[in-house]
Amino acid sequence: MLSDKIKHEIEHEAAMFERRSGACIDALRIVQRERGWVDDQSVKDVAALLEMTPDEVDSVATFYNLILRRPVGRHVIRICTSVSCWLMGLEPMLAHLEKTLGIGLGQTTADGRFTLIPNQCLGTCDHAPAFMIDDDLHRDLDPEKLDAILANYK
Amino acid sequence: MSEKPLTERIRPDGAPVTLSEYEQAGGYQAARKALGGMAPKEVMQAVKDSGLRGRGGAGFPTGVKWSFVPEGPHPKYLVVNGDEMEPGTFKDRLLLEGDPHLLIEGVILSSYAIGADVAYIFLRGEYLLAERRMKEAIAAAYARGYLGKHIFGSDYNLELYVHMSGGRYICGEETALLNALEGKRGNPRTKPPFPQISGLWGKPSIVNNVETLCNLPGILVKGADWFKGLSRTPNGGTKLFGVSGKVRNPGLWELPLGVSVREVIEECAGGMRDGVSLRGIIPGGASTDFLTEEHMDVALDYETVAQVGSRLGTGTMIVMDDKTCPVGMVRNLIQFFAVESCGWCTPCRDGLPWIEKTLGAIDTGKGQMSDLAMLDEHVKWLGPGMTFCALAPGAMAPLGSALKYYREDFERHIREQRCPWK
Ligand SMILES: Cc1cc2nc3c(=O)[nH]c(=O)nc-3n(C[C@H](O)[C@H](O)[C@H](O)COP(=O)(O)O)c2cc1C
Ligand code: SF4
Ligand code: FES
Repeated sequence: MLSDKIKHEIEHEAAMFERRSGACIDALRIVQRERGWVDDQSVKDVAALLEMTPDEVDSVATFYNLILRRPVGRHVIRICTSVSCWLMGLEPMLAHLEKTLGIGLGQTTADGRFTLIPNQCLGTCDHAPAFMIDDDLHRDLDPEKLDAILANYK
Repeated sequence: MSEKPLTERIRPDGAPVTLSEYEQAGGYQAARKALGGMAPKEVMQAVKDSGLRGRGGAGFPTGVKWSFVPEGPHPKYLVVNGDEMEPGTFKDRLLLEGDPHLLIEGVILSSYAIGADVAYIFLRGEYLLAERRMKEAIAAAYARGYLGKHIFGSDYNLELYVHMSGGRYICGEETALLNALEGKRGNPRTKPPFPQISGLWGKPSIVNNVETLCNLPGILVKGADWFKGLSRTPNGGTKLFGVSGKVRNPGLWELPLGVSVREVIEECAGGMRDGVSLRGIIPGGASTDFLTEEHMDVALDYETVAQVGSRLGTGTMIVMDDKTCPVGMVRNLIQFFAVESCGWCTPCRDGLPWIEKTLGAIDTGKGQMSDLAMLDEHVKWLGPGMTFCALAPGAMAPLGSALKYYREDFERHIREQRCPWK
């Protein structure tokens, strides 16, 4: 079940739109912020709250890159794989990251600490290469910096 | 020193310009002036006279676009396009994070001109700092009576909300954006009807880019002639220009429209880093055609860049150096478009993955000469007018131009059955 806090926040979003279904993406983002990902039950709960069918909500959830329909680790790394970061040394950075974490793109470390996901251009191309960990943007990366940054996410 | 109306208030320490700082620097004068005595039509006319063209990539004249909004039906909507997902583009972020009240004032002016009741700022999902700062600035504006009911003491009411995207490049396309804002999958809509007539929930709506709207306060206070005078060409105004890639100082600068590629790359970005030289320029985000060294003196305005076979696009250039494999770079670009295809129409949904695989084969030394003819054909079949929206033609821009300028590099990969850069 959705907590009262989540429901309250979704209601706040729904009030901004002509139809309640307008808040579908907002609702999925709110659920994910609280739980890390969006499970089947939450899809049903959001649907009921916004007067949509669960399939409608799921069709939306599966369309968007930032909505995760599978469990993830405690921290999600979104590494920019787009062109400017590629030009500025994405490949060696990614190789280093994969080696350090022992996982590939789309995977979660065995201890559940990190999930590594490719992301499109983060809009900070003059500071490439870049990635986000959870809500934090990290820029001008190199392999050394990377190790120090990862250490901050337990 | 040329004038920088978009960025002159932005603080070097990275903190956002506050409401009182914005007002001390002359902010909200345009909104006071417009709401205090100008008819909406006069605001629209002032923007038409300025010649302002959309900064979201397509360059459509803003005032003309507004004039298609019918007077009668309500509610009407203004939607700010802050999706900024095109690789190589990082310009709206600066305005959103640096001077949020400039955008809010632009929103008030445009909403008043078209008679909008509600405005939404559609932000890309990763722009969390921009989200926080915009929401804080909006709350401050409401508290002063600059948003909400009877703003600036007038009869005009306007609500302004921020919506965070779920993340898909196609949501930047204005009709897909409207679907996304309605909480649906972000597939584009058929045009006509155009959003001006039937947009958000079937109501008259205008979609404008962040940077476009940030030009409005200056235009309203200082006038069309001032705005035209900012530019070196008949396109009015300044523009944010950016450079990424292996230059000495990648960055973003506000410059007159019509500056040359050379000035931006050599003077602003400090030229190429030691040990590399320039081989190609994608002038305005991933969906624009490559230019080369021979185009260094091209003036960056809408017409001139189009005349040499590319587009001004978003004005943020990606520089390719001679140590970078053009095939690998195009492969990376096409990977982006293939993943981001919304899947609605066949040429794009099926064509882009085919192109991606073929480029992958060539890049890893498994290509055949006949692949090049196949790629040429796709450039035609996914080109302008062949697909449901402009995403696929955008993808073909860097591919088609790379096949033209760097064909020898493609052939060498195939002849030698390896990537010569590895
Ligand atoms: C695939 C695709 C993505 C787009 N992405 C953006 C974007 O992120 N931001 C934007 O302002 N315009 C984007 N556009 C252009 C918009 O459709 C639209 O032309 C623009 O928002 C209009 O605003 P303007 O007239 O102020 O430029 C995109 C277009 C396409 C086809
Ligand atoms: S061209 Fe691509 S993105 Fe546009 S509608 Fe067709 S499938 Fe969707
Ligand atoms: S390409 Fe990585 S931030 Fe733009």
